[in-house]
Amino acid sequence: MAGAGGGEGRRHGHKALCSLRGRTWSVPPRNEANSNLNNPSGMRGSPSLKLLMYWITEPVRWLGAQAIENVAALGRFGLFFISALFNALSPPYKPRLVVRQLRLIGADSIFLITLIGWATGMVLGLQGYNTLHRFGSETALGTVVALVLVRELGPVLSALMITARAGSAMAAELGSMQVTEQVDALSVMAIDPVQYLVSPRILAGLISFPLLTAIFDVVGIFGGYAIGVGLMGVPPGSYFRGIVDNLTPHDVASGFYKALVFGLAVTWVCCYKGYHAERMATGISRATTEAVVLSSVLVLLWDYFLTSVLL
Amino acid sequence: MASKISIAGEENFARIMTSPAQDGSAVAIEIRDLTRRFGAQIVLDHVSFACPHGKITTVVGPSGCGKTVLLKHLNFLLRPNCGAIIVDGEDVTQMGSSELNRVRDKFGMLFQAGALFDSMTVAENVAFPLVEKTNLSRQEIAQRVQEKLAAVGLEGAGNKFPSEISGGMQKRAALARALIREPEILLLDEPTTGLDPTRAGAIHHLIRRTQQRFGLSAVLVSHDVPQVFEISDRVAFLYKGRTRLFGTVQEILSANDPVFKSFLAGEEIDEEGLQAGSNALAM
Repeated sequence: MAGAGGGEGRRHGHKALCSLRGRTWSVPPRNEANSNLNNPSGMRGSPSLKLLMYWITEPVRWLGAQAIENVAALGRFGLFFISALFNALSPPYKPRLVVRQLRLIGADSIFLITLIGWATGMVLGLQGYNTLHRFGSETALGTVVALVLVRELGPVLSALMITARAGSAMAAELGSMQVTEQVDALSVMAIDPVQYLVSPRILAGLISFPLLTAIFDVVGIFGGYAIGVGLMGVPPGSYFRGIVDNLTPHDVASGFYKALVFGLAVTWVCCYKGYHAERMATGISRATTEAVVLSSVLVLLWDYFLTSVLL
Repeated sequence: MASKISIAGEENFARIMTSPAQDGSAVAIEIRDLTRRFGAQIVLDHVSFACPHGKITTVVGPSGCGKTVLLKHLNFLLRPNCGAIIVDGEDVTQMGSSELNRVRDKFGMLFQAGALFDSMTVAENVAFPLVEKTNLSRQEIAQRVQEKLAAVGLEGAGNKFPSEISGGMQKRAALARALIREPEILLLDEPTTGLDPTRAGAIHHLIRRTQQRFGLSAVLVSHDVPQVFEISDRVAFLYKGRTRLFGTVQEILSANDPVFKSFLAGEEIDEEGLQAGSNALAM
């Protein structure tokens, strides 16, 4: 029996492991006489050649493992969304949960969105006036401010602000629930955690993002008005006349589509990251950081893609 | 009773001393050859025992022996690689999610840290399963919540949030939530973790009183030995993912098993010593 124990010790002694930023690499052992390093993959040849081959093949193996892991994670990400969508459309329907999330994501973000929208409108009014003044086209200020806000800055800045405020809270709350077994508690009570926690948030995101974007746009237009008309002396009639004449339903629709897509992407990513937070001390903080960073990057990438499609 | 002394290193050292069938009691949950791997690591290795109806079955064992993983199989959060869990004659490991939810209605679960929803008050937490899973009126729900809170000694704490009450009170509130739908089977995951000995003893006695009052079958995972034996009817001792011992408390305590003795004494289990002992016995 002792011999068997010693054999097991030798089997496990072949390969030492070290951790580098959470990733595990196998490294050659110090005792070369009894190691796989002397004969990695059963190769024959000089020890230096084997060592070289080992250090060449090991990163390739690691890269392959990472690729497989990332593709699997992408699959899980997609399945999570399908599950949330399916649960949102399946009974029992819980409208009170959607209303609660509408308050958390939507109503509680109105002040922030109003503030940022006003500030953005003022900056646009100031910059726009100074630029247009060079060409003697100050009367086009209303058109410029409205088009930039409705088509571009409204959806993007709203999405980034909601991500920072509500998306981070969403990821942290779900992460905390996962770490403290509250998600498991729902499962044990025969309540689908995705249906109870994720679907209402995604539905609320789809509703509240376009509405908050609309608020951002309107407040921003008045912010530009305050600077352009109130401070710089642009005729008030020309400011609003330009908006009415040049802002088309297509412009409004493209901003609306962007807000819808951003609402879906942000809530999906934030829920996914929070729901899959690791059960460790840093799990929640890591999930929250990843949720905010990935959501913001997705918003900007999708913005370019949608702009190119909707132009 | 098994006559042969089983020592680590033998093929199958599970010792089933008195099975529920032998003493005439019905079986609430039967675990048959439950095996679970995580990658190359075998966490549960053909675990088998049966939890009698209306009794407390306690699962003990050293850290990492698979106690919590076993409990996660019993509340269907994990599925085994092979083996069966029989509840009321049905193998739940083969069930789909809707069937599983039907079986889950028979279970109540007390989590290690309580798992109370921190955005809700204690009363809302206790009422939660009724609000979500039944059509009872508000008055009926409130009445049941008050009954259960009184049963666990939390009459005045209904309006407090989990963060405003002590760890022992959180466990009591979680126990009230687990009992609110009057389950047939109660699962408890290390209910005394993080509590001082006095509070741990109080929780143990509360569990015993509650189990007797509601006639529950309970499966309790605990590291709190030997105190937990006071409230246990059956004990399963897991070691290295296997059922090493299973029987009544008296049978387990009188078993001449060096691994269990080392575990009870809080000593590090000396594998080489056990192997030598095994060889000596064989000679």
